[in-house]
Amino acid sequence: MSRAATDPTNRRLPGMSWPARIGWLALLAYSIYAASLLDITWARLLIGLEQGANFLARMFPPDFSRWKLLLHDLSESLEIAIIASAVGIILSMPIGLLAARNLLPDWVSWPARMLIAVCRSFHPVIVAILFVKAVGFGALAGVLALIVASVGFIGKLFAEAIEEISLKQVEAVRATGAPFLNVIIFGVMPQVLARFIGFSAYQLDSNLRNSTMVGIVGAGGIGGTLFAAFQRFDYDFVLAILLAIIALIMVSEAFSARLRATFQ
Amino acid sequence: MVGDQRTWERFTPRERMARFAVYLFVVAAVVVSIRTIEVIPEFFYDAPEQMADLLRRMWPPDAKFYPDTVHGALMETLHIATLGTVVTVFLALPVGVLAATNITRSAILNQFAKFILVSSRSVNTLVWALLFVAIFGPGALAGIAAIAFRSIGFVGKLFAEALEEAAPGPIEALTAAGAPPASVFTKGYWPQVQPAFWSIMLFRWDINVRESAVLGLVGAGGIGMVLDDAMNLFRWHQVATVLLAIFAVVVLAEIVVNHIRKRII
Amino acid sequence: MKPELSDGRDARGSGPDARSLVIRELTKEYVRGTRVLDGVSLTVEGRGLTAIIGPSGTGKSTLIRCINRLVEPTRGEILFMGQDIAHLRGRALRTARRRIGMVFQEYNLVERLSVIENLLCGRLGYVNPFAAWLRRFPAADIARAFDLLDAVGLGAFAKQRADALSGGQRQRVGIARALMQGPDLLLADEPTSSLDPRTSVEIMELMVDLAGKAGIPVIVNIHQVELARRFAARVVGMSGGKIVFDGPPGDLTDDHLKRIYGGEGWLAT
Repeated sequence: MSRAATDPTNRRLPGMSWPARIGWLALLAYSIYAASLLDITWARLLIGLEQGANFLARMFPPDFSRWKLLLHDLSESLEIAIIASAVGIILSMPIGLLAARNLLPDWVSWPARMLIAVCRSFHPVIVAILFVKAVGFGALAGVLALIVASVGFIGKLFAEAIEEISLKQVEAVRATGAPFLNVIIFGVMPQVLARFIGFSAYQLDSNLRNSTMVGIVGAGGIGGTLFAAFQRFDYDFVLAILLAIIALIMVSEAFSARLRATFQ
Repeated sequence: MVGDQRTWERFTPRERMARFAVYLFVVAAVVVSIRTIEVIPEFFYDAPEQMADLLRRMWPPDAKFYPDTVHGALMETLHIATLGTVVTVFLALPVGVLAATNITRSAILNQFAKFILVSSRSVNTLVWALLFVAIFGPGALAGIAAIAFRSIGFVGKLFAEALEEAAPGPIEALTAAGAPPASVFTKGYWPQVQPAFWSIMLFRWDINVRESAVLGLVGAGGIGMVLDDAMNLFRWHQVATVLLAIFAVVVLAEIVVNHIRKRII
Repeated sequence: MKPELSDGRDARGSGPDARSLVIRELTKEYVRGTRVLDGVSLTVEGRGLTAIIGPSGTGKSTLIRCINRLVEPTRGEILFMGQDIAHLRGRALRTARRRIGMVFQEYNLVERLSVIENLLCGRLGYVNPFAAWLRRFPAADIARAFDLLDAVGLGAFAKQRADALSGGQRQRVGIARALMQGPDLLLADEPTSSLDPRTSVEIMELMVDLAGKAGIPVIVNIHQVELARRFAARVVGMSGGKIVFDGPPGDLTDDHLKRIYGGEGWLAT
């Protein structure tokens, strides 16, 4: 092998290194092992594909006859997303500031960091279920669940952004005798506000996506209607709902891009 | 020159109007939402107490439940997440290549690929799971497919962005030398985007672990099914065990990902 | 029209108030047992520029920063306008800081804000957070800001972002910001160390000029001895955390410099 490598007439390009080869083989072996564990056979796949074709046929054309219900539920999802984002964004700013280790002493930042970590740890659906069990079915559970998700996401990223700022600028503002809040407003915020807005826009988008499905567990919005349609095998209605959701999300993405442009 | 007092405005009148319009719109949207949304006020005021009651019912978690049922389901969840991520490589990479404007010159193909990516992202993993449970029947296969299809949008978009940021130099050199397109990709683009690729896959795997945990709620396998059963039977101590197990797995996954990231990237 | 500040004070600082700053037995230990400042006593009064010179690590910067409490002294007193700053806390400390302006080695401007907003930082001790957020500063403050910008030669730069300026320009803004506070004392922590020789001279001239007009003393921590000799009315030499020379620049001989900095080879003969 070494002769081949140093032989100037050897025209073969170097292949993958041995660690990489072993890595790929391990991945392949694992895949086969796991697939067998989960009882995934070619037979099932083929049946599935046939079913899939069936399925697609039943979905076309989409059934928009119940558009009033569709619109009503979609609006509810939108409302859930808007309220949850507004409250979540407003809460995330102070919580993120408190969680930044470079601004405040540890006994303040640690509880805030813990709070953010707990908010992040659970999937919004799980949080939604818990809220449904606690406050009952409906939009309230959805709003509360997404507020938790927002605080977890924006809070973490915001705190990290603050920990990256230049403290020299903050020091200079402190030296003028400004009170704490003024130091934050003039020394910290200019350095991180743009990023905060970015995170908030992203979370608004994320909340909109999530709000369309927390309904599956009863937390309001179009998810519930979708779930019911599945259970009734109303697949053409399912397609209508899915198309409406995709349209809503595309519109909101365009909107949030415009929003960001105005503020930056 | 102007008078004695000079003034300073932070924003031009036009900027101010635009900002005001945005504020107005946002406030209006929030107000309309609050008024239209159907929330029973009593439930809202009751909420903290109800939450506390729920937490009290969940404590202490049922330890015996873990080895009996939870562990197996947890492993299944991990397998779903991992296999789903592996499968998505084969689906997302081609779409990503189609979406990259520097590789695929046809605008139609670009838009088509972008549409696939946006659709994949717009449909939530849980909804994909519903779809695949209807096709494949309940079980892990539906879960894997759901994870794979949802990840296409994420992986494809980031991969396309990485491709678009590749330096054109080596590519030009290879094409000028007459290399076939496949070689241009493997020798020209791939070495440049490889670190980004691994980073994206790790990132997505981490997210997929979280997502896989809830797929069982609609029957797509994994620990979600255990959670669903426990909640429907009001066995709150078992619910607590499951939640803790999910929490632990998610934290472990993040630690693993951070560890690998530091060593490889 | 005599520029007046929004809090009604005369912008030219306090009148013929004699003893402005008295430092007594100031000691600072960053690490227990190692004294960066060792019982330093110093009195600064009247106008004029006092230059503190000495080798790196000898506590020059620490001394300056103790005065406005950016560094906490371990022991000692700092009497300013009759109060002991070293032991002030909370609001009293902030009130005292308003009276002391500081110029930094790396300018420490808020880069993303405009030049004029950086100047208005100097008035942050006098406005409430709501007004600060909305940038509602009193008209008198804004007028004064423009006047100061003219005085430092940056009148046309008011709306530019701070990070678009050169080093020398940024330091001018830094000086203007400090003076916006209408302080009774101006501190400068190595204000010229990041600047080229010509700009350094311009900055020193500006500080002497403007502080002189405002009638306030300036304490500068500087390592370029020539600048100290040229601009200071009084030179304080430090070595090993103690003051080893205190007098007019004319009295500063090579022997003194040897004692301050140690070594001989660097002295030009």
